[in-house]
Amino acid sequence: MTDVNMELNINPKEQQFISAKSYLLTASTDTGLNLYDHLSRVLTKVLDERPNNVVDIFEDVSKDSKRSKFTSDVDTVRDKLDQSTEVALAKVQEKLFAKEGGEDNEPEESEELETPLPNIMELCFFFEQAGIGLNREEMIRVWLALKNLVDTHALSHVRFWGKMFGTEQNYYIAEVEYRDGDEEEEEEEEPEEQQEEEATDKDGDEEGEEEQEEDDTPKPDFKPPPEIPKEENKTGTNKKTYFVCNDPGKPWTKLPAVTPAQIQSARLIKKFFTGRLDAPVVSYPPFPGNEINYLRAQIARISAGTHVSPMGFYQFEEDEEEEEETEGRNDCVINVDFEPVSLRDLCDGSLQHWVHHVQHILPQGRCVWVKVGQETPEEVDDEDEEEEREEPDEPEPEVGPPLLTPLSEDAEIGNLPPWTPKVSSKLIPQYAISVLQSNLWPGAHAFAAGKKFENVYIGYGHKYNMDNYNPPQTAPIQEEFPSGPEITEAEDPTVEEENALRNAQQEAAEAAEEMEEAEEEEDDEDN
Amino acid sequence: MDSEGLHLNIDYVGSSGIILSPEQKAALQTSLVILKNSGKFHRVYFWGKILGVKDDYFIAQGVGRDEMENRKTFYSKDCVHWGLLPPATKAMREQSKLAQGRFTGDPSYEFEHTEQKKSEDGEEAGEEETKSKMRFSTATGELEGLNETTITIKEEDRLSSVIAEIDEDVKIVPRSAFIKTPDGKINANRSFEGLSVSESAKLCSYMHFRDAICLQEKSLLQKANLDKAIDFMDTLEEDIPKGSWSLQFERGSGLVTLRSLLWLGYVFYHVPGTHMYGSCYVGNGEKNLDLPFML
Repeated sequence: MTDVNMELNINPKEQQFISAKSYLLTASTDTGLNLYDHLSRVLTKVLDERPNNVVDIFEDVSKDSKRSKFTSDVDTVRDKLDQSTEVALAKVQEKLFAKEGGEDNEPEESEELETPLPNIMELCFFFEQAGIGLNREEMIRVWLALKNLVDTHALSHVRFWGKMFGTEQNYYIAEVEYRDGDEEEEEEEEPEEQQEEEATDKDGDEEGEEEQEEDDTPKPDFKPPPEIPKEENKTGTNKKTYFVCNDPGKPWTKLPAVTPAQIQSARLIKKFFTGRLDAPVVSYPPFPGNEINYLRAQIARISAGTHVSPMGFYQFEEDEEEEEETEGRNDCVINVDFEPVSLRDLCDGSLQHWVHHVQHILPQGRCVWVKVGQETPEEVDDEDEEEEREEPDEPEPEVGPPLLTPLSEDAEIGNLPPWTPKVSSKLIPQYAISVLQSNLWPGAHAFAAGKKFENVYIGYGHKYNMDNYNPPQTAPIQEEFPSGPEITEAEDPTVEEENALRNAQQEAAEAAEEMEEAEEEEDDEDN
Repeated sequence: MDSEGLHLNIDYVGSSGIILSPEQKAALQTSLVILKNSGKFHRVYFWGKILGVKDDYFIAQGVGRDEMENRKTFYSKDCVHWGLLPPATKAMREQSKLAQGRFTGDPSYEFEHTEQKKSEDGEEAGEEETKSKMRFSTATGELEGLNETTITIKEEDRLSSVIAEIDEDVKIVPRSAFIKTPDGKINANRSFEGLSVSESAKLCSYMHFRDAICLQEKSLLQKANLDKAIDFMDTLEEDIPKGSWSLQFERGSGLVTLRSLLWLGYVFYHVPGTHMYGSCYVGNGEKNLDLPFML
């Protein structure tokens, strides 16, 4: 021992050095690292990599090397987590691409028939020029998903309607028209309705029995307004059928037909979509349906309000373009002799060269007005009231404008024009295209270039409102019992009052007895 | 988002409907480089677009080394010529809230806001509002009837205020993307490697890029776990109302997108595991005040 000490004591500087080094080598109680190894590692790394301004990031390098010591065990688990979601979605989307390989034999057949699939890449090119739409890779995936849809269903016409954003997931929406004679939907709905009717009948019977037992149960005066029948498929608001999916590659879900009640309700509420079709829509007034119905209702409103085309692209079926009085024309056909409208006309501020080609939805919730039940006069009044109550921002005149109305007839929102026309390029006007953006439904766009045009909607699915949204007021509380004397409360008489009343009665009785006695006496006297 | 990779980065927000036409992209690439040079900025960001009724404004921001301090905002209508916007003072921002409706697209347009106040208030209002620009249509001090005060707000001022408000309300960055140096400056973290997938799924990994408001109110116990260099901003978890952010994964877990529901049109993207992140606003420039009804 002393020899060692003697050797150490020889050189005090060495002793300091050794004690300093041993201090640096002491392992930390928390982590088991020691500073000496750590510093040597950090300096090695710095000397190897030679980053710029290393003194500024020195702490980060130090932290990194510390961190790298710990994560070796956990890495495998984390890698698995990473791969699961990304790879899962990629595999789902891979199926979109994989189908191409399997159908090498079929393109010959499909060339004979006109494929209902639109040329989305071409549309995507135009949209890109206009600065709207989705990016190209996504459009390709959407296109392949649409192709999937076409292959699985017999459709005559398919269009990418747009994308609706939701808080958790988004919706990609395709607008389709079935080939004639391919409707499966009505059968599914009828048995459901029958079941509902049976259920309500049973409830009604039970209530009736209870009422017989207790006569006092008041019957509510409230009679719900008669249900407005929804429009038939392929007409009016249900002219087209819609499919949605959350992501291209995921299965397409068909949206049910929309009812006028849903459209009326949708006008009164403003809710974000969550992305799950079965999510309830919690609102006042209560929305009759789930998110799937709300989505369908908004799609119907947006289509009716913002689907436009250059004038002349569509024409009425008959040769004479006179509009009939009663219901207006419901159908329009593609005009074969369409001549492209010039760019200047399309971008004109007055918008007279664009027309709506989807029927307008009346306040009733339908495109074609229908009388409902016996309460027609009240209905008419209700409609008038509804129109007055409705937001003045909606471009809906009293009776719906007929099909193929030019946009110049659209009502303004406050003092804003309802549409904003734009040119895609001011630098090269020879090849520019005209773009319309809707101010009423932000996110709705239309473009026209030569003979081509298209509409798309990308947004959250709400109308633009200058003022803030005000939920409608709740109905006044109904009276339970008609107030009458039987049920009005009266205060019980107090003790003094009772005594006073009794005294008064006694006095009256005594007075009456006296009177009688007096009369008897008189009688006796007379006798 | 950073202007330096703009034509690539804009693809990340494409799924939220934000697209620039090739012409705009090309013009921006050129003009933003010129802007960076002439303004001697450390970085130039393409902030986004504000859609007006007749025309749109493209907005860019140039920052110095300290990203929170020296931010200059520029606007352009054609992506080529940029004009400096006046910085938004508090008075300007108060006034701009009175202007309602869409932007028109003409920077010299003046919004008029008419308020009718009773004569008594009119006198007080006159004293308070002497700081801001105002034009009285009737003389104050009249004791009869209502006073009409018309306030005119220039569209440029309104634009600047709206941009400042959006930045304050919803501009977010991933946690640890910025570091506060001991001398108080805020610098970009050069060794920021991105959030992991599990971290990027949580709202608490994103922070508002502004001076902390809620941070001081936290208890000491909560603050003990925070790293002063990184956690000097508010996280998204304290945002009211809850649910005002929509966090979605695109491409599986390859891209995380945050959309603000308070300012519809603000999109933030981040690629987990890399240092790619950015944000963009394309919208009307109007706050979504109906948010509580819509959730």
